[in-house]
Amino acid sequence: MTELMSAAISARELIQQLINAVGVGSQYALLAIGLAMVFSLLGMVNFAHGELVTVAAYTVYLLERAGVSFWIGAVAALLAAGLAAMAMERLAFRPLRNASFATLLLASFAVSQIVEGLFLHFVSPRAKSVSVPGVFNHFIRVGGYTISDIYLFSALAAMVALGLLTLFLRRSRHGVAMLAASQDFEIARAMGIRANGVIAAAFAISGVLAGVAAILILGQQGSVSPDMGFDPLLIAFISCVIGGLGSLRGAVFGGFVYAFIQGILTAFLPTSALAYGDAFALAIVIAILYFAPQGLLTRVAPST
Amino acid sequence: MAKLLEISLTVRYGPIVAVRELSLEVEEGEIVALLGPNGAGKSSTLAGIAGLVRPIEGSVRFAGEEIGGLSPEAINRRGIALSPEGRRVFPGLSVEDNLRVGGRDRGRLAIAASRATVLDKFPALARCLQKPAGALSGGQQQMLAIGRAMMSDPKLLLLDEPSLGLAPAIVDEIFALIAELRDQGVTILLVEQNANRALGIADRGYVLATGSLQDSGPARQILESKVERSYLAMEGA
Repeated sequence: MTELMSAAISARELIQQLINAVGVGSQYALLAIGLAMVFSLLGMVNFAHGELVTVAAYTVYLLERAGVSFWIGAVAALLAAGLAAMAMERLAFRPLRNASFATLLLASFAVSQIVEGLFLHFVSPRAKSVSVPGVFNHFIRVGGYTISDIYLFSALAAMVALGLLTLFLRRSRHGVAMLAASQDFEIARAMGIRANGVIAAAFAISGVLAGVAAILILGQQGSVSPDMGFDPLLIAFISCVIGGLGSLRGAVFGGFVYAFIQGILTAFLPTSALAYGDAFALAIVIAILYFAPQGLLTRVAPST
Repeated sequence: MAKLLEISLTVRYGPIVAVRELSLEVEEGEIVALLGPNGAGKSSTLAGIAGLVRPIEGSVRFAGEEIGGLSPEAINRRGIALSPEGRRVFPGLSVEDNLRVGGRDRGRLAIAASRATVLDKFPALARCLQKPAGALSGGQQQMLAIGRAMMSDPKLLLLDEPSLGLAPAIVDEIFALIAELRDQGVTILLVEQNANRALGIADRGYVLATGSLQDSGPARQILESKVERSYLAMEGA
């Protein structure tokens, strides 16, 4: 009898966690797709991707301190993250365009450290709170389940952002050129597609999407800190690896898979083991990669 | 006739010399065949002209201007289009989008006109415009690669091994189309391993072996000396 009851409770808990995972996964997808876009073009994992979240969050924080409202700050943050991504590319990665994978990796680590150092030095090494609009703290109840507005908002924001991105990639000339370049950069250039333009655009988009994720993260945690970009980076990287590095669809899919794994673990792990939730989640990711080393959604095999 | 392309080129990959001081000319309106066995440096020559290997040594003069060392996109915009070895269509893009990429940022009307011409030349493509290019047959992919290159309305078309891996009937079709393009005024530099086929439509030819020029001249003359050479080789054996 008690066993049956606890099973019912955990089923209920599981559904609740899965509802949350849709919201969390939306944030992960927004983080992952930017990383995947840059990787698909340059074959480079931008380990400074998380710092775009930091830039966006601090933009909101600094503007708020100057008396600007959260939402105007949020719009400015998207712009700032996009510009920061373009600046990274122009100043750090373009001079290393044909460098080895390891060189680019180290360069992106360096950029990440520099950006983090700037906020640490010029703002504060400590976390600073940001007053977040009420919408981020509400929740609605549907049939006994709680849906936080922040997750609802995340799902909505991801749907709009990814919808616009798909429209851009499928319908616009620049978007199609970007897809072509991600499939065969050399040949896209031989077709007259300007390499610098495509790469700058990909960085800008990855920055804006990281900015959207940053607003959602900020709304959730209500504070900024210089190292706040690390977790988002890790999440983006894991999501990309699960889905298959370089695949945009894989990045979105991987983001949701990772969020669901975390949700299921939260529902089933005993309270005493919850602290190790991420370790368990990563163990499952490693198991997935053992059976599908190319990721769950691999790219269309290039035909010759 | 005016010289459209005039090269004097050495191409290196690190310490390896792929093409050694090759001098070659293409006049407006002709098909020039660049022949030779696998590894002779034919594709490297095209890569050097198209800007895919840089830096190069020597010079590439196109329409009277030096273009050696320019980026591939800049070279394409000067009027040189490449149909690469192995076709290299964008596999995840539809046929329509592959053509669209080939048209880059030319005006809407110019792209529409080129698209109509290409689809008229390759009716097989018109029937599968929405298909992903990766799902096409080898012959269709080859037609798409040539069509995609034609979308920029080039003055010079570089064709790299268009017969590679295709059934003889398809090769006939593609070579007939190449000859047709020339008759409509497109200048073509054709790289081929299949010398007989290439010389069948070419005006002139160059023969490469291990990066160096072995022979050059009118297509008929190369064809004859080739027959002679293989005859002598047979006698020697």
